[in-house]
Amino acid sequence: MIDILMDKFLTIGLEHFLILSGTLFFIGLFAVLAKKNVIAVLMGIEIMFTSVNINLVAFNKYTAAEALLTGHVFAIFVIALAAAEVAVGLALIISIYRQRTSTDVQDFDWLKW
Amino acid sequence: MTMAVMFYLIAFVTLGSAFMMVISKNIFHSALLMLISFIGVAAVYILLHADFLAAVQVLVYAGAITIFIVFGIMFTMKGDPRKTNPFSKNAIPAAVLILLFIVINAVTVIKTVWPFSNIAPPETTVKAIADLMLTKYVVGFEVTAVLLLAAMVGAIVIVKGVKKSS
Amino acid sequence: MFDFALNNAWLIPLFPALAFGIITLFTKKMTKLSVSISIGTILLSFVLSVIIGIGVIGQGDTFLEHPYKAVVTWFSMPGFSIEVGTLIDNVSVMMLLVVTFITSLVQIYSLGYMHGDPGLARFYAYVSLFAASMLGLVIAPNLLIMFVFWELVGLCSYLLIGFWFGKISASAAAKKAFITCRAGDFGLLLGIILLQINFGTLDLQQLSVMIPNFTQYTGLTAAGLTAIAIILFLGPMAKSGQFPFHVWLPDAMEGPTPVSALIHAATMVVAGVYLVGRILTLFITLPSALLFVAIIGAFTALFAATIAITQTEMKKILAYSTISQLGYMMLALGAASLTASMFHLMTHAFFKALLFLGAGCVLHAMHNEASIWKYGGLKKYMPVTYWTFLIGCLAIAGIFPFAGFFSKDLILEVTFAASSLSGHAQGPFPVAYTVLFLMAALTAFLTAFYMFRMFFICFHGELRSKEVQPQEAPKVMTVPLIILGIFSIISGWVGWPGLGEGQAFGYFVRLGEFQVMEANWLLIILSTLLALLGIGLAALFYWKKTFSAQAVIERVPFLYKLSYNKYYIDEFYLWIIHHIIDKCGWLLWKFDIYVVDGIVNGFGKMAQWGGTVMRKVQTGQLQHYALIFFMGIVLMFLLLSFTGVHSPAIGLMGGAK
Repeated sequence: MIDILMDKFLTIGLEHFLILSGTLFFIGLFAVLAKKNVIAVLMGIEIMFTSVNINLVAFNKYTAAEALLTGHVFAIFVIALAAAEVAVGLALIISIYRQRTSTDVQDFDWLKW
Repeated sequence: MTMAVMFYLIAFVTLGSAFMMVISKNIFHSALLMLISFIGVAAVYILLHADFLAAVQVLVYAGAITIFIVFGIMFTMKGDPRKTNPFSKNAIPAAVLILLFIVINAVTVIKTVWPFSNIAPPETTVKAIADLMLTKYVVGFEVTAVLLLAAMVGAIVIVKGVKKSS
Repeated sequence: MFDFALNNAWLIPLFPALAFGIITLFTKKMTKLSVSISIGTILLSFVLSVIIGIGVIGQGDTFLEHPYKAVVTWFSMPGFSIEVGTLIDNVSVMMLLVVTFITSLVQIYSLGYMHGDPGLARFYAYVSLFAASMLGLVIAPNLLIMFVFWELVGLCSYLLIGFWFGKISASAAAKKAFITCRAGDFGLLLGIILLQINFGTLDLQQLSVMIPNFTQYTGLTAAGLTAIAIILFLGPMAKSGQFPFHVWLPDAMEGPTPVSALIHAATMVVAGVYLVGRILTLFITLPSALLFVAIIGAFTALFAATIAITQTEMKKILAYSTISQLGYMMLALGAASLTASMFHLMTHAFFKALLFLGAGCVLHAMHNEASIWKYGGLKKYMPVTYWTFLIGCLAIAGIFPFAGFFSKDLILEVTFAASSLSGHAQGPFPVAYTVLFLMAALTAFLTAFYMFRMFFICFHGELRSKEVQPQEAPKVMTVPLIILGIFSIISGWVGWPGLGEGQAFGYFVRLGEFQVMEANWLLIILSTLLALLGIGLAALFYWKKTFSAQAVIERVPFLYKLSYNKYYIDEFYLWIIHHIIDKCGWLLWKFDIYVVDGIVNGFGKMAQWGGTVMRKVQTGQLQHYALIFFMGIVLMFLLLSFTGVHSPAIGLMGGAK
């Protein structure tokens, strides 16, 4: 039993990458949910983006039905998206900062009653 | 065995730095830890034989995005840098939630039976990616290009503000 | 030619309707053109009617047995199908002829009477629509279409009575007419709906087949069907001015006199009689309903006649005489005689149109002076009017050989036949019909009396009004009078007793088997005697002044006042409206304000209160939203993992399968 578990633990496969990427994703989510500084939130979002890419590439390596790098291509698309997102996001943050002189997410409560 | 050691090392670095990034009270440290985490992810790509992606990861994330973030920090930072990155009031429920998520994720991944295939992906990734991207996914490629342009224009407009026409 | 006219009978109501459309839409400003269009179309309709009439009458009772029916389906759903089209049989042909003829004459007469009125084009438009609606009603193949035209007739009467809407009394009278009719129409509509529910059809022909065997087709008891019949009868009661709905008819005199003639003679009020005649099978099947009709008719006849005795306005007297005569028609229907009713309807149309148009001439000459006590001695000023009016009075009084004699005699005869006096009465209520017969006979006497009272006061003696110089009406007004006078004499002859198949009116227009009407000499003598008595009394009181009417009034002031004030029915209604309906309205108003509004406002308050509480949830904090969102995901995940993919939980989350 322990042998099998050990074997599973030491033979790196798809599951390892998935758990890695999932954990990374949720750490990023933690930053999004729990940090006050809006730039930290943005950083959390970036972490989440990256972790998704690990998934794509891992799936491409282990489960692709064709000898193609579709996962990689999509990872690149995601990276491009992330770049665009961070640009727009930072622009928004700076724009808000100019108006409210604050980077605290809790001050961004326009939607309040 | 080497593979396992490398994997766990990289995973530890990636997750550890990401976690520290969240924990850190100094936003500047957070940004640097995020950089380490990104590089760790690049190493994961290498483990996955995705050398081109690893390079892109280093260039875009570790290079461009981190620089962006650091610019943002510098634009908005004020006061004591050691108190720049506190937790909000949601920290505890969020932590519980995240733990739950991580457990759920792990259990799900382990319990799921994955449809493994034995087909090996091409070794030379750059050419393969280029082929795919400029043939099958050329539309997506173009759209991404437009998106980047739009994001750039949008970012400039948002930051500069639009002059109100009378 | 006949076939063409028959196949295109729908054109008859369409022509005047077109005239209405053209006048209101295009030629309103061009009075002369409008008038020509209106008169032209009604004459076209008249010609078509005559062609159909000649053809139908030429074929005897063929159309009575097999009416010509041309319909298209208007709309249908399971168990309910409504057709529009035409139903031509002898009864409708008779009505077509009468309506188009009277309307044509009235329109021509109006040329003179309404001369110079600024709203002349509007007047002709309304009259055209009035004629169109009535003609549509006459040839309607089922009760719903009939009801539609019925309402249109009501609308036109409203428009025409209130034609001089500047006069407050005119607009009030128009409203009164409309509302009173509406009250009855509600009953009619209810009756129609009940018939549809129970029989599954509104087609007149099908109904006349089904109703006699109603137990086969429906689960109704005779009492139930009687209730339906009486509810249905409310509509005709209101339209035909039967007690207690008669109040609108005298007030309707506020309209122009030609309109009064039209309403009373051809279009409006006879619609009720005609409708009852159309579904007479329903009433004949139910003796109690029939008796109800007869009682209402006879009572109205007598009741209106007693009012007419003391009225002082020519048109009011004529209005009450119309109510009385309509009561006669209802009585005839109540005695199960379609023939008598329709016969009286026809003759009445002629002489009542004549009387009204004559009254119009008098009013015209007297510059709209209403009270008859200002008239007098008009005989020498307006001879044509005098002689034609005399014909009308003799006709309505029922003097041989004028038209009214035959039709009124026929009504008396059929009532007599149903009463126990005849010795071998048909029907279950001989005693009741005996009373009704006596009432009808008394009414005949009263009719002669009040008509000639008015006649002598107006046309004999000396002119009492000093302000006006009466003149004979222009030709365009007197010629219709003369034509109507001729018809008032000869139209009764088709009902000559003893006429056989193919000749008698009763052969062409009847329900059931044709029976040759034998002359009942007893009745003829009785009715003639009663009429002569009435005329004689009137002559003694108001012409020769042998007796003084004033003395009689002083002897019985109470009765006089009662009659003069129309039995205080209007006051009674007003009292009801002021004290009961207004109070009910007040109650309902309070109910609306406090209960209904309270509930509605309560809902509003509840929403408001809920909003104040619930809005606290909206913190505006991005991270709260995200946190709750992801909590939801965890919950969904746990729920699914514990219940499985095919559980109802997935449906709760809005998932498919």
